[in-house]
Amino acid sequence: MEALSLLMEGFAHAFTPMNLVFVLVGCLLGTAVGVLPGLGSSMAVALLLPMTFALDPTAAFIMFAGVYFGGLFGDSTMAILMNTPGQASAIASTFEGHKMARAGRAPQALATAAIGAFIGGMVSCVLVVFLAPALADLSANFGPAEYFALALFAFVATSSVVADDVLKGLLALVLGLGIATVGIDSVSGAERFSLGVPQLFDGVSLVTVTVALLALGEVFHVASRIRRDPAARSIPSAGRPFLSGAEFREALPAWLRGTGIGLPFGVVPVGGADVPTFIAYGVEKNLDKRRTTPMFGKGAIRGLAAPEAAGNATTGTAMGALLALGLPVSATAAIMLAAFQQYGLQPGPLLFERAPDLVWGLLASFFIAMIVLLVLNLPFAPLWAKLLLIPKPYLFGGIAVFCGLGVYATSASTFDLFLLTGLGFLGFLMRRYAVPLAPLLIGMVLGPLAETSLRDALMSSGGDYSVFVDSGITIAVYVLLALAIGISIVGRARAARAEKTAAGSAVEHEEVPAGR
Amino acid sequence: MSPSHRHAGQKAAAPPGRTIGVGTVVFALIAVVSIAAASFFSVRAAGTDDDLRSNLTYIAPAGVGGGWDSFAREGQQAMRSEGIVNNVQVVNIPGAGGTIGLSNFVTKSGQANTIMATGAAMTGGIATNDSQYTLEDVRPIARIAEDYNAFIVKADAPWNTMEEFVEAWKADPKGMVWTGGSVGSIDHLVIAQLAIDVGIDPKDLTFIPKAGGGESVQSLMAGTADIAVTGFNEVGDQIDAGRVKGLAITAPERFDDYPDLPTFKDLGYAVNLVNWRGIVAAPGVSDEEFASLEQIVTESRDSASWKDSLERNRWEDSFLTGPELIDFIREDQTKARELMKELGL
Repeated sequence: MEALSLLMEGFAHAFTPMNLVFVLVGCLLGTAVGVLPGLGSSMAVALLLPMTFALDPTAAFIMFAGVYFGGLFGDSTMAILMNTPGQASAIASTFEGHKMARAGRAPQALATAAIGAFIGGMVSCVLVVFLAPALADLSANFGPAEYFALALFAFVATSSVVADDVLKGLLALVLGLGIATVGIDSVSGAERFSLGVPQLFDGVSLVTVTVALLALGEVFHVASRIRRDPAARSIPSAGRPFLSGAEFREALPAWLRGTGIGLPFGVVPVGGADVPTFIAYGVEKNLDKRRTTPMFGKGAIRGLAAPEAAGNATTGTAMGALLALGLPVSATAAIMLAAFQQYGLQPGPLLFERAPDLVWGLLASFFIAMIVLLVLNLPFAPLWAKLLLIPKPYLFGGIAVFCGLGVYATSASTFDLFLLTGLGFLGFLMRRYAVPLAPLLIGMVLGPLAETSLRDALMSSGGDYSVFVDSGITIAVYVLLALAIGISIVGRARAARAEKTAAGSAVEHEEVPAGR
Repeated sequence: MSPSHRHAGQKAAAPPGRTIGVGTVVFALIAVVSIAAASFFSVRAAGTDDDLRSNLTYIAPAGVGGGWDSFAREGQQAMRSEGIVNNVQVVNIPGAGGTIGLSNFVTKSGQANTIMATGAAMTGGIATNDSQYTLEDVRPIARIAEDYNAFIVKADAPWNTMEEFVEAWKADPKGMVWTGGSVGSIDHLVIAQLAIDVGIDPKDLTFIPKAGGGESVQSLMAGTADIAVTGFNEVGDQIDAGRVKGLAITAPERFDDYPDLPTFKDLGYAVNLVNWRGIVAAPGVSDEEFASLEQIVTESRDSASWKDSLERNRWEDSFLTGPELIDFIREDQTKARELMKELGL
C-alpha cells in the first residue's frame, strides 16, 4: 500500500509541534466563524489569505484545512440552537435539529451533529487518500446532462418539504427560483430583475438570503411575540448531556446513509455541500414515513444526523478534487486554490508528484483536524446549549448584530445591509403567515444548477434533447427518479384506500403530502 | 488622531465631583484644538510624498481569490517588503466585472492615498454592463503586467494544430462548442477576434461561460466543450500532465519552456488582445501627487519581490506609463466595445 506509507510520512510531517498548533488554531477559528451566522469558512480562509506571505506552505494549508472543517462543524451549532444556520450547508440541519432543541434535547442534537460531521468527514478523507487519482476519472463522467438529472432528483427528493401545505410550499419555491435569477445572465448577458441597480448585476448571494430569512426573520418574529407569549421562554435543556445507547443506534444508519449521499457530491461542482444535505434530509424524511411511529416534525434525530454527515462527507472529496484536479468545488476551495497559486503551486494532476510533502502532510492534517474538532465539539455541546439561557432580548439582539456583521464583511457594501433588512422582513412575513422557508432556499440552491446545466447541455449538443438520456448515469438517475415517484404514489394510494377517503384527486400530485 | 485619545484617557482619570464642569470645558477645548490641528495637518500632508508613502489603500475590484485580488495582494507585498510604502491595505469591492469598484472609486475624487487595480477585464466589464463610468473618469498610473491566453483541446481530440481546428470550425461554425471565462471576458473576446479573422460571424459562436480554468478543463474532459480558452497560468500544468493539448497562445513570443506551442503571430492569425493589468489613481488628484504615485508604482515594479511575483504567476512585465498608456487604454476600450458589438452583446 503505497498510499498508506505516503500517508504515514505525511503524519510524520504534520506532527511537528508547530503544525499541531496551526491545526488547533485553524479548528478554533473555523468553529468560531462557523458558529456566527453569515460568516462561513470561505470568509475565514479569505481573511487568512495574507498569512500565506508569512507562513511556509505546509503550515498555512494545515491551518486552512482546520478552518474549513471547523466551519462545517460549527455551522450547525446556531442552526440547532437558534434556527440560524452559520452557512448554507447547515440549512437542512435546522429543520429537525432546532425542533430537537425546542424539545429540550439541545445537547443531544449538538452531539448528533458533531458525530455526524466526524463520520462523514472521516470516511471521505479515507476515500481521498486511496482514490484521489480515480476521482479524476469519476468527475470526467459528469457533464451538464448529468448535473441536470441530479438537480431534478434533488428537487423531487426534497419535494416533501413543500408537501405540508402544497400551495404555500410552491409559492416559496417559486420565490426562491425567482430570487436566484436576479442579475446578469451568464450566457446571454441579459439583465434579469436587476431593476438597473448595478449592485444586483451579480445577483443576490445565497449567504444574504439565508441569513436574512432564517436568522433575521427569526429575530423579527421573536421580537414581535416577546411580550405576547411569555410561555415561550428559554427551554430548559433536560437530561444527560450525551447520546444514550438507544439514540446512538437510532442515528447510526442515518449517519451512514448521509455519508454515502454526500461523498460523490464533493467531486462534482454542484453547489458544494448544500445540495447533498437537502437530499439526505429528503431521503430520511421519506424513510421515516414508512416507520410505525414517524418521528419527523417532532425533532427526529435522524433528520439531523443525515444532513450533517452528508455535508461533511463532501469536504474530503472536495479537497481531493481540488488537489488532484485543480477543480474548486466550493467557495472555500476556490480561495484555497488562490492560496496555492500564491506559493507558485498549481493544484492538478501534477501536484502529487511535484509537492508530495505538502499534499500528504495536508491529507494527514485532515485526520488530525477531524479528531481535534470532535474532541473540541463534544464536551462543548452542553456548554453551547447554555447559550439558550441568555435572556431573549440580549440573545436575539446579538444575533441581529452578527447577521449584519457577517453580511457586511463579505462584500463591504451598505446595499447588502438594506437587502438583508428587506429580506429579513420577508422572512418575518413568511413566518407570520406560516409559509415554509425551506422550499425558498432549496429553490435558490437548485434553480441555478438546473438552469445552467440544462442550457449548457443543450448548447453543447446543438439543441438536441436526446443528450439528456445519452449516458448511463443520466438513465440510472431518471430510473431511480421514476421508481421513487412510483413508490410514493402507490404508497399514497394505499394509505388513501386504507383511510377510505377519495383516492383519485391526490394521486395526481407528484408532491405527496406527508402522511396524515 | 492619537492625541485626542490620550486626552480622553486623562479625562477618564479626572476626579469626579464639582471639577467635572471645569474639566469638561477644558477637555472639550483641548479636544477641539487637537482634532482641528490633526485634521489640518492631515489635509495638508495628504499631498506630500511622505504621507502617500506611509499609508495607501489599494482597491481590488474583485472578490477575494479573484484575478485582481491576487494582483493587488502581490503589489501590496512588493510595496511593503521593500519599504516603498509602510502600510498598504487591500480592500475588495467585488461585482459586475469590476464596475462596482470603479463607480465607487470615482467618488474618491482628489484622494491620492487610494489606488485601484484595473485591466482588460474591466474594459470588458464596462462594455458588458453599460457602466456609467469608464476608465476615462480616472487617472491611469501604469500598465504593469500581462498574461496570455492558451487555446486548449482534450488530449485525444482529433485536432493537433490550430489550423486543423479552424478548418473544422469553418465547416461547422455553430457546432463547435467553446468554453472559457464569463461573457465579455478576455477569453470570449479573443475567440471573437479569431472568428472575424477566419471569416466566421462571431454571432454564430457557441460559447459556454465557466468560472475559471479548472471548470473549463473539466468541460473539455466531460466532452461538453470542444475547445477552451483560458489563462495560460491556469492550465500549464494540465498540458504538462498530458490531460490537454495546447494549440496556440496569444503571447507575442513563444514561451521558453514550451517551444512547441506556437503563438497566433507565428500562425498568421490576427489575435492580439492580451489580458493586461494596471493601476489607476482617483480623479481630481493633483499633478504633484500623481507624480509621487507614479514614482511609488515604478519603484515597486522594479523591486525584487515583484520580479518574483511575475515569475510565480507567469505574468509578463509590460510596464507602460504616460500618454502612451492613455492611448493604449483608449484603444483597448474601443476594441472591446467593437468586439462586443460583433458578438451581439
